[in-house]
Amino acid sequence: MTIEELEERAASEQQRQAEFKKRVLTCTAAGCVSCGAGKVVGHFRAQVKERNLAKEVEVVETGCMGLCGSGPLVRVAPDETMYKNVDLEAAHQIFDEHVVGGKPVAAYAVDPKMPFFTRQVKVVLENCGRIDAEKIEASMAAGGYEALARALTEMKPEEVIEEVRKAGLRGRGGAGYPTGLKWSIVRKAQGDQKYVVCNADEGDPGAFMDRSVLEGDPHRVLEGMAIAGYATGASQGYIYIRAEYPLAIERLKTAIKQAERAGLLGNRIMDSALSFRIDLRIGAGAFVCGEETALMRSIQGRRGRPRPRPPYPSEKGLWGMPTLINNVETYANIAPIIRNGSAWFAAMGTPKSPGTKVFALAGKICNTGLIEVPMGVPLREIIEEIGGGTPEGTTFKAAQTGGPSGGCIPAEHLDLPVDYESLQLVGSIMGSGGMIVMDSTSNMVDVAKFFMDFSVDESCGKCVPCRSGTKQIALLLEKIRSGQATPDDLALLEELCVMVKETSLCGLGQSAPNPVLSTLRFFRKEYVDLLIPKLVYEPHEA
Amino acid sequence: MAATPKPRVATVWLGGCSGCHMSFLDLDERLIELADRMDLVFTPIADVKTYPANVDVVLVEGAVSTEEHLHMAQLIRKRTRFVVSFGDCATTGNVTALRNRFSVDELLRRSYHELAPGGPATPSKIISPLTLKARPLHEVIPVDAFLHGCPPTADQIWFAVDNLLQGKIPELPNVYLRYG
Amino acid sequence: MPVITFTINGVPVSGQQSESILEIARQHDIRIPTLCHLDGLSDVGACRLCLMEIEGTSKLLPACSTYPSENMVVRTDTDKLKRYRRTIIELLAAEGNHQCAVCVVNNNCELQNLAYEVGLEHVRAQYLFPKKELDATHPDYIIDRNRCVLCTRCVRVCHEVEGAHVWDIANRGINCEIVADMNQPWGTSESCTSCGKCVLVCPVGALIEKGATVSEMEKHRAFLPYIMTARTKQEWIARAIEED
Repeated sequence: MTIEELEERAASEQQRQAEFKKRVLTCTAAGCVSCGAGKVVGHFRAQVKERNLAKEVEVVETGCMGLCGSGPLVRVAPDETMYKNVDLEAAHQIFDEHVVGGKPVAAYAVDPKMPFFTRQVKVVLENCGRIDAEKIEASMAAGGYEALARALTEMKPEEVIEEVRKAGLRGRGGAGYPTGLKWSIVRKAQGDQKYVVCNADEGDPGAFMDRSVLEGDPHRVLEGMAIAGYATGASQGYIYIRAEYPLAIERLKTAIKQAERAGLLGNRIMDSALSFRIDLRIGAGAFVCGEETALMRSIQGRRGRPRPRPPYPSEKGLWGMPTLINNVETYANIAPIIRNGSAWFAAMGTPKSPGTKVFALAGKICNTGLIEVPMGVPLREIIEEIGGGTPEGTTFKAAQTGGPSGGCIPAEHLDLPVDYESLQLVGSIMGSGGMIVMDSTSNMVDVAKFFMDFSVDESCGKCVPCRSGTKQIALLLEKIRSGQATPDDLALLEELCVMVKETSLCGLGQSAPNPVLSTLRFFRKEYVDLLIPKLVYEPHEA
Repeated sequence: MAATPKPRVATVWLGGCSGCHMSFLDLDERLIELADRMDLVFTPIADVKTYPANVDVVLVEGAVSTEEHLHMAQLIRKRTRFVVSFGDCATTGNVTALRNRFSVDELLRRSYHELAPGGPATPSKIISPLTLKARPLHEVIPVDAFLHGCPPTADQIWFAVDNLLQGKIPELPNVYLRYG
Repeated sequence: MPVITFTINGVPVSGQQSESILEIARQHDIRIPTLCHLDGLSDVGACRLCLMEIEGTSKLLPACSTYPSENMVVRTDTDKLKRYRRTIIELLAAEGNHQCAVCVVNNNCELQNLAYEVGLEHVRAQYLFPKKELDATHPDYIIDRNRCVLCTRCVRVCHEVEGAHVWDIANRGINCEIVADMNQPWGTSESCTSCGKCVLVCPVGALIEKGATVSEMEKHRAFLPYIMTARTKQEWIARAIEED
């Protein structure tokens, strides 16, 4: 495929879409499917057939539209009316009155002016919920593979890296390592073969950003990886994804097949010297396999256990060769950066954390769902405006970011800008983007215990502090909760948390105590209130 | 000048084999010196029924294995200035804790039914109910010092008691640190 | 290979870039406690006992798998590291069933010696008293998982030296266990050559010979560097065996 052919296919798809009077888009990402989106789509299709409207109405299945708590979600184009809680009855009404009748149904319509939509800035999610994720043409019509074409024809690999570096993109997996720097290390590293790996082993409880991107716009990730392959000199890519994401896997398989057929993956991509293949590697769902060294072992078919770093994967990765490992969202940012230039990207967010970040809003919040905001936006704006606040009658208590590796941010820090450094200052981390909101009914010792139990379950068992230390921390938390702990136990708890944090082998263990440490920092009283005095010698007056 | 009262010392036998107490008796002639330096106010070797108040030092042998041990441990803690875990069972659970891999039901069935020569009968009144697990003393009450070994040697006991009688906690970790 | 000079605990030392800091420390008689490391096997950095502080690095790194650079300032004897080491031994003691008094390797046990070295007076962590299986189906040896510290020396010696790969790890986290072949009785393993290397390298009383009773078994491990030096460098270090 040449650039001209790419443009031609994009134009013909745009033309095709424009010929429909109405297009009915239904979210069939995992969230909406679980509340009945499949039936809704079936209804639309049956209606089109019954009324013989195949030439006027197109029924499209898309990825996530964002307002996951109110699914199933339907969008009618071209007037862009969005509907929530669409059951069969609603679907019937929408089709009758809006699709055929041309008059939007107010009862189910979502107000497009609500802050949930107006406060978001969509880069990674720009196509998510707007295109058919199973058609490469839909992606092309929305600008897909344009960046790859430009990189291959107009830019040297070094220039691609320079562009990513100037954009200031930082790893979206959580740690925030500068992406351009990582790419240049892999480019410079010596090795007969190099690899590009996409970490799609999203495992934090309450996080579904990567899944949504892969379900809604898989080609964007493939394109990002191919550009990374070109920039670093790798010819083989792997997407490591958990088996718990069957729909994402299905859509990725379809996308890879389509891209190969179109000559956008495989040998001599777009008639250039670049050969780049992408294969899927399905993980069994162990949380630790999201840790890059464990992930690589798992790709190699071995038990997913981390090893000490250095050497880092960029020097010695898969089969001892230089390997680039980035997260789904990081790759999803690459194409827009190449397409629109680094200056455009760097202008969003904050100087140290440019760009946007996708968050999965969950917990005690009105608008549960998937959002994308510029870095540095105050937490208050995410919670109160985009999220719509906590359920009626309750007040905001804390937001948990970074999952089992992160911490709780209390109400007094609501005005904190959400970026890598600010979150670290209050003892949490950006993480991959899970944000769990807790209200006045949540007990923070329970929250800490929940996350610690998760870490105990997910510890691989290789190093002693994580294997045995997290277990002891969980036991102490249980002792505190059951009202049997003394101040000595609390002191031991704190000591163990610091010890596990400092001595564990990999990031999982090093960050496992964070939920305890951060709740202790901001909600210590909830712990202390549960303590009992220890037994002491009581001298008896004769 | 009025003589200062001698330190009040006790020894207690919880879930252990009494080997630690035997080792205590191995102090031999040093026992005579000890008799001059302290008052032994409670011990399985003497027939005292209740644990007195204001004990200065107690050596506790054995793991906490029954409801009675638990009760006793708490009583000891309230009435004693220095509580010493005496031997490996009190310190780690040791041999007493070997039973922890079985449920209490399994233990009683094996001991009082399968291996009972005089006819099977589960004790219900005279013997205190077993706790779910046998646990080291310091998991139940705060402990001030530890004497290791199965059993601790006489020299080790002498070192600790000598220090304690001078009002000192044996230097931690003590020079006789030795498990097993 | 360039020679590097740096300091460990203020003592100037020198070594090759290809030698781990642990190796160099030992050449200079600087004691760093270890458990999962064994001369002749690959390093996994799992026990965390050999963690060191390196000036300019915020993270603690394991001496067994960290390599020196010029003028590095390494400390292995700070109060913090000593405290952490003791806690690691506490955690190990609490997660298994270590009854020294009735153990075959009592007085010849690396875990026991480490407990003395770090001054482990008592274990503040809660004893888990796990229920683990003992497997005596092998004609010559026994594996008692109650005493296993999951150092994986047996796994590595079987894979790297004997080439049989009988042992591996099943489950994860606190439920990890060493299993033979496809998690089957050791005696039914067809890959086991009964060479006994795993028994000799086991630091504790988890892998033992049949017929030995309390405190009777001593393990000699000099065979391993002997074999590995012969294999990799074609040199015989027989003296080490005689001295062991």
